[in-house]
Amino acid sequence: MLQETCYHCGLKCDTAIQIKEKYFCCDGCKMVYSLLDENGLCQYYDLSAMPGLKVKGHFVSDKFNYLDNLAIQEQLIQFKLGDQAHVVFYLPQIHCVSCVWLLEHLSKINPGIIHSQTHFEKKEIKIIFNPSLISLKELVQLLAFVGYEPVIHLGGNDWLKKKKVNKKQLYKIGIAGFCFSNIMMLSFPEYLSNDALELGSLRHFFIYVNLLLSLPVLLYSASGFFISAYTGLRQNWLNIDAPIALAIAVTFSRSAYEILTQTGVGYLDSMSGIVFFMLVGRWFQDKSYDSFAFDRDYNSFFPLGVTVLEQGKEVNKPLSALVKSEIVLIKSDEMIPADALLLTEGAFIDYSFVTGENAPTALMQGQLVYAGGIQKGRSIQLEVVKPVGQSYITELWNSPLLKTEKNVEKSFVHPWSQYFTIVLLMIAAVTGIYWSVYDTHKILPAVTAVLIVACPCSLLLTVTFTYGNVLRWLGKRKLYCKNASVIEAIHKIDTIVFDKTGTLTNHEDTQLEYIGLPLSNSEMIAVKSITRESLHPLSQMVTQFLMLQVSDSTSFQKIENFIGKGTKATSGNFEIIIGSLAFLKANGISHKEEYDGSVVCLAINGVFKGVFKINHTYRKDIDLMIARLKKQGYQLHLLSGDHPTERTNLFKILGQDIPMLFEQSPADKLQYIERLQREGHRVMMVGDGLNDAGALKKSNVGIAVTDQTHLFTPASDAILEGNQINVLSDLIDYAKKAKLIIVLIFSLSIIYNVIGMYFATSARLSPMVAAILMPISSISIVALSALLSFLFSSTIRSKN
Amino acid sequence: MGVIVILIIVSVLVAGGFLMAFLWSVKTGQMDDDYTPSVRILFDENFENEKSGEQKIKVSNKVV
Repeated sequence: MLQETCYHCGLKCDTAIQIKEKYFCCDGCKMVYSLLDENGLCQYYDLSAMPGLKVKGHFVSDKFNYLDNLAIQEQLIQFKLGDQAHVVFYLPQIHCVSCVWLLEHLSKINPGIIHSQTHFEKKEIKIIFNPSLISLKELVQLLAFVGYEPVIHLGGNDWLKKKKVNKKQLYKIGIAGFCFSNIMMLSFPEYLSNDALELGSLRHFFIYVNLLLSLPVLLYSASGFFISAYTGLRQNWLNIDAPIALAIAVTFSRSAYEILTQTGVGYLDSMSGIVFFMLVGRWFQDKSYDSFAFDRDYNSFFPLGVTVLEQGKEVNKPLSALVKSEIVLIKSDEMIPADALLLTEGAFIDYSFVTGENAPTALMQGQLVYAGGIQKGRSIQLEVVKPVGQSYITELWNSPLLKTEKNVEKSFVHPWSQYFTIVLLMIAAVTGIYWSVYDTHKILPAVTAVLIVACPCSLLLTVTFTYGNVLRWLGKRKLYCKNASVIEAIHKIDTIVFDKTGTLTNHEDTQLEYIGLPLSNSEMIAVKSITRESLHPLSQMVTQFLMLQVSDSTSFQKIENFIGKGTKATSGNFEIIIGSLAFLKANGISHKEEYDGSVVCLAINGVFKGVFKINHTYRKDIDLMIARLKKQGYQLHLLSGDHPTERTNLFKILGQDIPMLFEQSPADKLQYIERLQREGHRVMMVGDGLNDAGALKKSNVGIAVTDQTHLFTPASDAILEGNQINVLSDLIDYAKKAKLIIVLIFSLSIIYNVIGMYFATSARLSPMVAAILMPISSISIVALSALLSFLFSSTIRSKN
Repeated sequence: MGVIVILIIVSVLVAGGFLMAFLWSVKTGQMDDDYTPSVRILFDENFENEKSGEQKIKVSNKVV
């Protein structure tokens, strides 16, 4: 065996495919290399080492035939005029500098491509091409050929358009920043002058310019706080924006009054500064993961087009135009778009995504096939019985159970800010009463100063920056939260419910095990040469399994395939019967034992030899993670859509004390979560498939686990990469520390407030004190938040 | 001292120019992507610098 790695994709090379001194693992990689080499695009390999993506499976060029359909093209092409068409694709494979480089040089490969531009974070590519030189289908084929197959779904590219940068927020920050810095500059002489500088009339000029500059801050940049406070008050609810809006309003009115009556200079610098910092904080917190779609409906799971048989001819049409009793053609690894009757003799449908069953289901002619399943093996024909919108899976999606909104709990920040506001108003009242006794002239200055100094903006800053930092650190460990409220929801979790298939097990990586009488080498060779002839997925797994044991092959004399049952064959002096237990029994081979789940039974020369059994591979270190979660006091549950064949294994991994339920339908899972919630638990659901969609939505925190690029994730609050599930306990732990960080920093800001209060209540708050206190508190809060989030993240950083 | 008034006005105008530039850049979508341009600028567009000489000829034939 060669010890070389593939020059293109970096995988180990088993066979010697090479060009000059460069080795390739397969012909696919070699072909991509040749194409790039021919077009002088080999810089692709210089920018990062082995950047290529292995094109999985066979490259089926007719897979994209549906793109020739004009109605589908119209859905995808954003803009078309003469010989220019614009199209945007989502390419989840984009991962490195080389990807960007290659995708932006596509025009070198095909002159029909006029311009291509990638967006790395959104993982999108915008292509301008000439439809008369290269068709949309050819364009997609080219992308798929070089390893970047676009994700095209029934919903079209609608969801791409939803993700837009919040430009308004940037405008507000820009304007607030501009006004703040200029006001600061113009206020500077005021800080220094103790009448030492003879400013004279210039002083008035400065403060009037300040007043002018503060207007856009008040009217435009801070408008969000006023609107939010107003809507809160109308619902009789004092949210955090209410005291902030009050402070801004009081500060501005007092400053305007002082300036217009020429009695002072006001606190406009502090006001605009605080607005600027708060806006930056909100922006920092809300900056989310562009390339993820957390809210998907069933539309994004189905393909955009289907192949329909019309009078014996294959016709491509958009899925939305599919009607009852049409005949669709489904090729290997394609998804079944609608509930339909099977017309072909037999089929193997992988329902793992819909039901959570691990092994593909064998179906006979005339049986009902449900939408969402994936055909394994050869092409099949189906007769549609229900249109796409009414299939079992979409009904599930549209069921009223799923429409129930999650009760989003109000953030703990709001009650805090309420207490804060009450205490603040009390201090203001006491100050007012005190000065009404001693010096009535100081009532107004002192009371307004209290309101100016003690605005809960430090609380808001602490919260927004801390959540922003925590979200980023979690993202580094591949847990992508939808927004900051997810972190708060994690704080309260006491129960965690796991799904099995795809969550605890790795669906991509199933392993075969042989149980029974030992097989001789020649027997294995004979069996291998027979299973190789069948397209049945289990049969192919057996072939691969035996391939690892023996490398020779032999011929067979006679072979009979019974679709959906098994194979009878003669090879050399072995008479081999392989297939389901029922098939073996029908052929007169008796065997007492019964097997659960999917097995392939083998008999040679009339003697039962043994079974090939599919084994689940559990993700690494699941047991350790479970043990840690238990130690932290969480209640754990397991809900699986699969058969209880794995119970004993699961006992070993999860322990005996965890409630385990099997053969759970999506509705069962949802109701289970609901029941837990009624019992007063706050539930986190960790799942992956569509069968978990309801539970994910109903739970307080729904985490979708995914292996491949984020193609298939049901609507969820957070997305976790499959290989990171072993650190889930640490990630939860870290998310919980966010609250501690906020409490720590907030107590620091209380100190600032006390200092400010001392000046305010004694009616000695000069603009200079305010101007020093404001930036110091804001900047120290931001810095401390970043520092503490970094320090606490050491547990999740160290585990690489 | 009167000159300070002019200077202030000029300085605010200059700063306002930068503000306008910022607002324009947001509006035209220059803030939409804050990562890819940093990668793109490092690409070497010079195809003549390819390692092997034979490729050079092919490139010049292909590139329109």
